[in-house]
Amino acid sequence: MVAQKKGGGARVSEDAEEQSRQRLQAILLADSFATKFRPVTLERPKVLLPIVNVPMIDYTLAWLESAGIEEVFVFCCAHSMQVIEYLENSEWYSHPNLVVRTIESHKSISAGDALRYMYEQQTETSQILGDFVLVSGDTVSNMPLADLIQEHRERKKKDEKAIMTMVIKKSKSSSLTHQSRLGTDQLFIAVDPLTKQLLHYEEDKIDLAKGSVCLEKSLLDGNPSVLLFNDIQDCYIDICSPEVLSLFEDNFDYQQLRRHFVKGVLVDDIMGYKIFTHEIHSSYAARIDNFRSYDTVSKDIIQRWTYPYVPDINFSGNRPLKLGRQGTYRACDAVQSRSADVGASTVIGYGTKIGNGDIILNSVIGNGCSIGSNVVIEGSYIWNNVTIEDGCEIRNAIVCDGVKIRAGAVLQPGVVLSFNVVVGRDFVVPAYSKVSLLQQPTTEDSDEELEYAESSSGAVDHSSGVNLQIESKASELGPDGAGYIWEVCEGAHDEEWKHSVAPIPKDKLAEITQAIDDDDTEDESVLPPSGELKSDADSINTDVNDPNDDYYYFEKEVEGTFLRAIDENIKVDLVTLEINSLRLSFNMESADCAGAVFYSMMKQAVDTPHNSASELYRNASSIMGKWKELLGFYVKKIDEQIEVIMKFEEMCQESPKELGPVFTQILHFLYEKDVLQEDAILRWAEEKAGADEADKVYLKQCEKFIQWLKEASEEEDEDDEEEDS
Amino acid sequence: MDFQVVILAGGFSSNLVPLVSKEVPKALLPVANRPVLSYVLDLLESSNLKDLIVVVEGEDAALKVGGWISSACVDRLHVEVAAVPENVGTAGAIRAIAHHLTAKDILILSGDIVSDISPGSVAATHRRHDAAVTAMLCAEPVSGPSESGGAGGKDKTKKPACYDIIGLDSSKQFLLYIATGAEIKKDTRVKKSILCAAGKMEIRSDLMDSHIYAFKRSVLQEVLDQKPTFRSLKQDVLPYLVRTQLRSDAFSDEKTVEENGNGKNNIQNNEVVLSQILSNASLPSFHEVYESGLNSRKTHKCCVYIADGSKYCVRLNSIQAFMDVNRDVIGDANHLSGYSFSAHHNIVHPSAELGSKTTVGPHCMLGEGSQVGDKCSVKRSVIGRHCRIGSNVKIVNSVVMDHATIGDGCSIQGSVICSNAQLQERVTLRDCQVEAGYVVCAGSEHKGETFARK
Repeated sequence: MVAQKKGGGARVSEDAEEQSRQRLQAILLADSFATKFRPVTLERPKVLLPIVNVPMIDYTLAWLESAGIEEVFVFCCAHSMQVIEYLENSEWYSHPNLVVRTIESHKSISAGDALRYMYEQQTETSQILGDFVLVSGDTVSNMPLADLIQEHRERKKKDEKAIMTMVIKKSKSSSLTHQSRLGTDQLFIAVDPLTKQLLHYEEDKIDLAKGSVCLEKSLLDGNPSVLLFNDIQDCYIDICSPEVLSLFEDNFDYQQLRRHFVKGVLVDDIMGYKIFTHEIHSSYAARIDNFRSYDTVSKDIIQRWTYPYVPDINFSGNRPLKLGRQGTYRACDAVQSRSADVGASTVIGYGTKIGNGDIILNSVIGNGCSIGSNVVIEGSYIWNNVTIEDGCEIRNAIVCDGVKIRAGAVLQPGVVLSFNVVVGRDFVVPAYSKVSLLQQPTTEDSDEELEYAESSSGAVDHSSGVNLQIESKASELGPDGAGYIWEVCEGAHDEEWKHSVAPIPKDKLAEITQAIDDDDTEDESVLPPSGELKSDADSINTDVNDPNDDYYYFEKEVEGTFLRAIDENIKVDLVTLEINSLRLSFNMESADCAGAVFYSMMKQAVDTPHNSASELYRNASSIMGKWKELLGFYVKKIDEQIEVIMKFEEMCQESPKELGPVFTQILHFLYEKDVLQEDAILRWAEEKAGADEADKVYLKQCEKFIQWLKEASEEEDEDDEEEDS
Repeated sequence: MDFQVVILAGGFSSNLVPLVSKEVPKALLPVANRPVLSYVLDLLESSNLKDLIVVVEGEDAALKVGGWISSACVDRLHVEVAAVPENVGTAGAIRAIAHHLTAKDILILSGDIVSDISPGSVAATHRRHDAAVTAMLCAEPVSGPSESGGAGGKDKTKKPACYDIIGLDSSKQFLLYIATGAEIKKDTRVKKSILCAAGKMEIRSDLMDSHIYAFKRSVLQEVLDQKPTFRSLKQDVLPYLVRTQLRSDAFSDEKTVEENGNGKNNIQNNEVVLSQILSNASLPSFHEVYESGLNSRKTHKCCVYIADGSKYCVRLNSIQAFMDVNRDVIGDANHLSGYSFSAHHNIVHPSAELGSKTTVGPHCMLGEGSQVGDKCSVKRSVIGRHCRIGSNVKIVNSVVMDHATIGDGCSIQGSVICSNAQLQERVTLRDCQVEAGYVVCAGSEHKGETFARK
């Protein structure tokens, strides 16, 4: 350092010093902006939910602190008062190495809103000084950050556009369920093996799964080698440069970090910004995203993968438990009957009493619980102050604070009991049910909403509301119970098993296996018949510059626009507006538009699952019938109509097996719908008449139709003549 | 080794007009004054693969090729020449000679490969994994005339053309994805089921399928029978096998165990699978893991052998490639030629006559009995046998085939002069091809033209 201060090195050293002086900062989102933990999160924010008897946020803060972060901005949204209150009373507020600041915003309904809010604040207070770590408050990790931040900074110095480094970890998702052990959907990412730049990011819901991952061809043009991963898990830990905040500000429609922001940067190529990845190997990082990951992460903590954040170490003011054999942790004052059988991987909290003949296995039991005799608890998470009476059976359930389970009740796998629910005597709570004292919010619009419904937030007044409800709705959990069993919303029922604490039942697995079999055969038929019709096998096409590149991208854009229009049901005139602007920006003719629009429609029809040609025809006709106006708008002139026919022919030639059989049918359909006029079809036929034999396949196919058209028009002509004369 | 070798020697490839003619089918085009086919035969001989079938398109060409083979290597190798109709494609050619195939595994090579990669190692890889198909990959060649040395700047601007897009597993042993031909122009679509089973895939666009394959005969024949539309091994059969590698039950049912007890891809017996894994002494491949997960599934393996980057492998399938190969074989890759080079890095046959003040630079070859007049300059070129070259002639980066006549004062750059062609005085050619027996008039100047009789 001393040597560096002299002469030419001065500026560099200043820079270095500035960097090292710069405080390491983190933004912690204390809201998951999701509803996966409902109904529990109606009453308590997710970050305060205990995992192995310690609130999640403590794991995150303890890790950030030990990783050298000096200042954390805790962004509170849902139940912000509870979070702030918790932090104020915790030791984090007076921590010597870590400054915890809370930011409160009630308007934010997504991570995007939160970051935009941060950006607005930033202009006033400029709290964020440089690169920062962006995590969610439900992250459990023990990875070191300092080196990673350094790596990010150095990369940023070399390449202005490297604005984010994303942490990933190897984790093989199940080949059957296509989800990771954390219960998240399988992830497909592509990374440049040398620079580690992220090139493609695709989170895939299994029900929407198409048979293949699609990498843009431009992506391979630039890179001789691309690594495509399926066995990678996104840790949701990001090192961001300040540009990330302004990007959110600029793109006000970004809501979610991954689905919108990352996709946006990768696909739309905003200002050439780049995202890089960092793979961790030996350290632990996981986000508790749903009940399954709650289960998985709990087990990892008990099995000490998250060391030093394990129950027998005080890392955030928690009272350490005593570690026994076989991974059992027990509080020193827990009372356990001699006849109780407490098996491996079990945690028992302070002041908890365990009765005679209990069998407890692979479970976490919180503080101050009292468990009667002959109770079986397996693979479950019992939080604090829970009373379980004699003879209950609890398997793979989550039981929140203050719940009473009366004698002989049974919780079937996957049950979640929210705060202060009472389960009646001998009542059997059916599998996967979610029970709460609060009624299910009736208006569910989308998954992008707050953890709590605005209306019910005031009702979280335990003392008053509860009694009323016990009386009014006692019947749902037996005569002496209290609580509503939430109805599973339509469609989500099948999903329930995926994100539950309970392991996936065997019959479900068998079902999936079957489904995969069917899937596979299906997508085989959808696959284009490769190069079957290519003539010269020896020829290798060497020209890389495709003059149609522009058109190709234009077509892509139009296709995307159209897809969006279908998904979001956008009005026709808005779609035309959008396509028109695309046309201008790509400098295309209106005939090109006609071709591209038609192409998107047919593509959509082909992509919709179908088994036979007639079904495909039905798909196509329904789509084109529905969007007739759109097509009509672009297909007015004869030229445009011919363009459409040519485009269609081209598509047929590309995948003759699929589209070939329906060519005539669809042509006829278009004619009937007045999209195509007979003049156009006849002129196309004329043009084609002189073409190669190979080119005339489709012309021949619709010979009859054309013949019929000709005759019809001749008749008309004759009619006209007659009228004239 | 129980391998049968099939060499697809092609016929009169239209890409190579006017170099090929009725007299000279593609397989007999000279590379450093030897037919290109001889390079493949030498390569196979060096791997001790001596039982060969050479497949030629067209009867005439087959006669020509057969004639050359019987004169050149009848004593060393056991070669059968089979003629197939023209334009049946590579898959069609195999279909046509299917009755000749009896061995358990078939090694298929293209007859226009000039390479020093041992086909034996492909065969070994194939056997080691008990694969359905093994393809050999090599680095993409840098095409175009490269001024050897001191052309770094030029090379940088030259982007290798993308031939194939290839997906490999993490161990780089299995082929998970391949896109060839026109498919590479589209977006890459990778099947999720394969990706999920393998976990990780490396997609490379800097590797090239070099047209050396080992197939399990039973699998190959079944595919050819079932898919009559398949024309090309590279573009149809191989991608099909790769696509279906996790669900090969499509062709496991009807044909059961073969006579000699070699089960095909579907080895019902668990013990056999187990012993195979043990013999590999490695972790089970993702195929086996996948099979064990879905017990009704059968898989087959598509393997790759990736040649070392330092190895040479080029296919002579275009005029540019013809130039490149000729240049390389007497230049950078001169160990392939089998000739011994002089101290000047060139080969001048002792019977060749050089006039006074004539220089023959390094990386040149001058065939037997050729005569070069006074004050000539030959650089990086191959000159065939019994050529007559006048005085004041400049030949750079060119190939002159046997019995060509070049008049005084000609200047030839980057061109091919076929056998018996004649250039009269003061002809200037640049990037031209002159057909066999053609006469170019005196004093003319041409650039990028092809001379052929109509």
